[in-house]
Parts: sequence; structure tokens; C-alpha cells
Amino acid sequence: MTCYIHSSKVLLAMTFISICLPVFVQAQSGPTAQELLDALDKNMVAENRITVSTMVIHGRRGTRSIQSKSWTQGNRKSYTEYLAPAREKGTKMLKVDDQLWTYSPGTDRTIQIAGHMLRQSVMGSDLSYEDMMEDQLLSNIYTPEISGSDTVNGRDCWVLELTAKTPDVTYHSRKVWVDKERDIALKESRYASSGKLLKETRIDSVFRVEGRWYPKRMVFKDMLTSGDGTVFILESVDFNAEIPDYIFTKAVLRR
Amino acid sequence: MIRFLFKGLMRDRSRSLFPILTVTIGVFITVLGHSWFIGALGGMLGTSANFETGYVKIMSRAYAKLSQEIPNELALVGVNALLADLGKDYPAWQFTPRIRFGGLIDIPDSAGETRSQGPAMGLAVDLLSGKSGELKRLNIAQSIRRGRVPESPDEILIADKLAQKLDVNPGDVATLISSTMNGNMAIYNFKVAGTVSFGIQALDKGAILADIHGMQAALDMENAAGEIVGYQPDMLYQDEAAHQVARTFNQQYSTDMDDFAPTMITLADQAGLDYLLKMSDSMGFILVTVFIFVMSLVLWNSGLMGSLRRYGEIGIRLAIGEAHGHIYRSLLWESLIIGITGSIIGTIIGLSIAFWIQSQGIDIGSMMQGSSIMMDNVLRTHVTAATYYIGFIPGILATLIGTAFAGVGIYRRQTASLFKELEV
Repeated sequence: MTCYIHSSKVLLAMTFISICLPVFVQAQSGPTAQELLDALDKNMVAENRITVSTMVIHGRRGTRSIQSKSWTQGNRKSYTEYLAPAREKGTKMLKVDDQLWTYSPGTDRTIQIAGHMLRQSVMGSDLSYEDMMEDQLLSNIYTPEISGSDTVNGRDCWVLELTAKTPDVTYHSRKVWVDKERDIALKESRYASSGKLLKETRIDSVFRVEGRWYPKRMVFKDMLTSGDGTVFILESVDFNAEIPDYIFTKAVLRR
Repeated sequence: MIRFLFKGLMRDRSRSLFPILTVTIGVFITVLGHSWFIGALGGMLGTSANFETGYVKIMSRAYAKLSQEIPNELALVGVNALLADLGKDYPAWQFTPRIRFGGLIDIPDSAGETRSQGPAMGLAVDLLSGKSGELKRLNIAQSIRRGRVPESPDEILIADKLAQKLDVNPGDVATLISSTMNGNMAIYNFKVAGTVSFGIQALDKGAILADIHGMQAALDMENAAGEIVGYQPDMLYQDEAAHQVARTFNQQYSTDMDDFAPTMITLADQAGLDYLLKMSDSMGFILVTVFIFVMSLVLWNSGLMGSLRRYGEIGIRLAIGEAHGHIYRSLLWESLIIGITGSIIGTIIGLSIAFWIQSQGIDIGSMMQGSSIMMDNVLRTHVTAATYYIGFIPGILATLIGTAFAGVGIYRRQTASLFKELEV
């Protein structure tokens, strides 16, 4: 009898441990995959932001720099005006929900970019218009899973594997290296459903602004093209700036 | 003797009609077939050379590797200097730059919004300098359906079918949306000068023809071109001469390891045209061989039948002392007369029809729907010097060979048994 009681206590203890152990381990080692992804989304999305940036495009034939200013509201609306070089100056782009227009000052035409044109490169960079159109929070379209830890640029990172919840996304899966302390992705690989690596991004430097860590210098590389990638340098960012509503209307393109 | 044999053949139609008909039909098919293949293959090669390959073509090495993708970001730069050098080094040749491009043609409404839009493939050539020979080479003036030839770099010609689909007319604005040499999106306004129909399905379904300077401005390709094509004016493609030019040109850059250094290839090096060239060269030989073989079999058989029918005649001739060899030679002479007669008639009929098809052509446009082959919709025969004599080779050889085999039986006849045979 005593022996029986003793055995049942052991069994109960083992059951309790087996249920609670992953929770303890999780609590000790870090957040859940979903928490990590939510934090990553929260860090990158702001209600309003105005940025000035420079794209340095390293093509096979040389390097070009393109400067632009962008107004962004949430993750559904953005407006970009190109400032330099002279050939691109005055070119504008407006994205509202799932529609994208570009305005060319030389022709005074506003063209909607749709269909296969979305796969074209933006200004000859390693980014496509499809990349620009991605406006859903990662946590809404991907199922995350932590696959381990790694070090990027001397920073400890969680390695997060994301798998698309639906087939209608640009990238079927992603591998993201998330800084354990700063909730920012320092490295990312994007894959097709075949498993082919399509794009790689790497953040070389970050800066702290208004309570969040934000990329200062990042490198995009389209793995299907030659060239040394596109460097994206954030010159300035103003979070929660006042942006008038007319900025996100088609009329702004021809102003 | 020939006159005697000729009279014999004419009076005994059973000896001449079937063999002459056989030879006539064979020669007719040979003559028409030869001119048809030469015309069709030559037309295909000519169209490809004029619109696509040139007799020789210069591209950057990087562009050449991916030329099917029209990678304008890998285009040749410093084209003006290169053209000047080519003019000095190869004065007998005419070199001219071209840009191929793909994209969308967008037609605006009065508010500048998209009224209609469609995919288009285009070719930019030197239309305005008057020195390139492109207007004549591409037969542009004759291909205009509405409007006129472009007179400024910002004017384009649109395939008539595409223009109808987009509801665009001469004088309208058409915006080209494409990629610049830097991979950036190119948006450029052109004025539609006219619409064209080249009679080549691959072009007529949606091509745009522009001046090279306008396209250089549109695609940010100042002093650059996807390719430079070279021709020997007023001459047909000469494979050896083209290879010689390509060899000497490429030798200049043999130590240059730059992926953007120019490289020259010949028409024969492109898109399987080498096979077509070889086929075109050997077509006469193939046709002649096939018809000699087929007709020899038919005429041999006919000779055997003739020998059987003339069994008695040959026997009497042997009996009255005519030599075996003499009879055999007389049969060969007869077959020569039949061969020449059939060949003349067959050649005359074949040439008449070949000349008619050469001038009228046969429209195969309905069979070419959706085709991307650079080939005229109207196929024509091409009568060359060889067309006049090519039928005589199988016509005469086949009758001689047929008779030579059939006549061997004469030597098997024994004089001693002739009278016994003739009694029967």
C-alpha cells in the first residue's frame, strides 16, 4: 500500500513536471515565437513617420545613389518623392492599400503599377515593387517558430523561422535573426515555396529614436541578380509627425 | 541514227509516253521543289537577317550570353566611337546600332489617365540619319498602313493590329513603360507617327518601331545600344566573309577580359540559322539525289516492261546480225532522247509555276497565328540559275540508269536459241 502511494506521488510529480517544464524553460530562455514576431512588428510600424533616405545601388556597371523622402501612415499608406539625381527628381510614388501609382514628371503621366510590373525593380535597386507593396504585419501572415540562437554583428539573436499562413504572399517562408534585446531583425532571408533563396537583407547599423531601435544602414540583395546589392541609408526619421490627409491622394502626384 | 530513233519513239507512243510522263513529273517536282525550298529558306534567312541577326552582330559579351532576355542593362556603351572604328576597319560593310526593348504601351485619355494598355516588343533603329539603310532594309515605307514614317526621335510606329486593339491613331500620344539601362522604370511619351504591318506574324502582333535616338533618351542609354548589326550592302549573306570579319574583330579584344567588351557573331551563329544555311546549300543535292533514285526505280521497271514488250523486236534484230552492244547503245540513245524531252517539258512547267509563285506568293498567314518565328507570312519560290538546269540531272540520269539496268537482259539472249524463241 505504502509502495503504491509512493508510486502515485512520483507519477503525479512527473506529470506536473512534464506539463510545467516547457513553461519554466520558456520563461527562463526568452519570449515565445509569437511574442517575438509581435514585438518585431510593433517596433517597425508607427502611426505616422516621415523619413529621408538614400539608396546606394551597386550594379554590375557601377554605383548610383538615389535620395528620397517618404511619408508613411501605419502600414497601408505611403507616399515617396524622389529628390536626386536629376533624372529621377520629381518622380513620385503613392501606395494606398493594395494600389500603387507612380508619377513621372517628364511625361506628366500617372501610371498604376500592377500585374507583372510589380515584379520590376524599384529604381534599378534590389527591391521590387512587390516588396514595397508588402504592408501586412508579419504576425498576420506568417506562423513563427524559434529555431535557435545565433550571433549577428556581435549581437545575440533569436533565429525565427516564418512560414506563410496562406499561399498568396510574395515570400513563402522567411528566416529572421531578431536581436534579443532590441526587437529588431538584423538579418533576414526570404524564400520561394520551392525553397530557393530569393532575397537577403542585413542591417549593418541601428540607432535609437523615440524609444525604439531602428535600422540606420541596411543592405538588400536580390539573390537572382548579379551586382553587389542595394544599401539603404536612413538619413532622418520623424515618428508620429503630422501628415495632412491630402498627401495620400492621387492629386498629390501632379502637384 | 538519232533521227531514226526519235521517229521510232514518236511513232510508237507506248515506248515514249509513259517514260516521258514519268520524267516530266519528276523533273517538274524537282524544279518546283528546289525553287520552293530556296525561296522559303532564303526568305526566312533574309527576314531574320534584316530584322534580327544582321549578317554579323556585335554585342557586349555579357549581353550575348543572355541575348534572348534582351538585357539592356548589359548593353554596349561608347557605341559612337565603336561605329567610327568599324567604318574605318571594314569599309565594305555597313554597321548600324539597334536597341530591342519590351514593355507596356499605355494610351492616355484627355486627363492623362490610362485609356488602354497592352504589352509590346520593340525595335529601335536609326531611322533618321539617312545613312543606315534601315528604312530600305526593313521595308518600312511599304509597310506603313496609316500615317507616315517617323520624322523626329520622339515618334514611333506601332503594329497596325496593336494600334487597333489599343484604339490609337496617328498623332496620338503613346507612353512607353519599360526598363532603363539602369534597371529603373522608364516612362516616356512618344507620338504615334503611323501604323505598320510587315507581313511577319511575329512583328505584326505587337511590335513598336522607334528611332534609336528617341529610345536612347527613353531608356537612359545615351551613346549605348543593345547591339550593332552589320551588312554588306546589296549583297546576299556570304558565310565565309562574315566569319572572316568576326574573326578579325574578335581578335582585337582577345586579351580584354572585360565582360562588357564587344564580341561579334555571324548570322550562322545565331538561333539555329547555321542549320538553315547548310540546308539551303544542300537542298539541290538532296532533291536531285532523291529524284534520281526514285525515278531510276520507276524507269528501270518501265524499261523492263518495255524489254518484255519488245522481246520479239530485239530478237529479230539480234537474228539479222545486229550486235548486242549496238542494240544496248540504241536503247540508251532512246532513253537519252526521252530524258531530254521529259526534262525540257518538266523544266518548262516547273519554271512557269515557280515564276508565278515567285511573283504572287502564297499567303500562309492563317497558319502563322501566334508564331514567333521571324518569317514572312507570304511564301515565295526563288528561281535561280540552278533552277534552269537542276531538273535535267535527275531527268537524264534516271532514264539512263533505268535503261542501263533494264537493257542488261539483251546480253543474256543467245543467238542459237533465237529462232526457237521467235517461233513461240
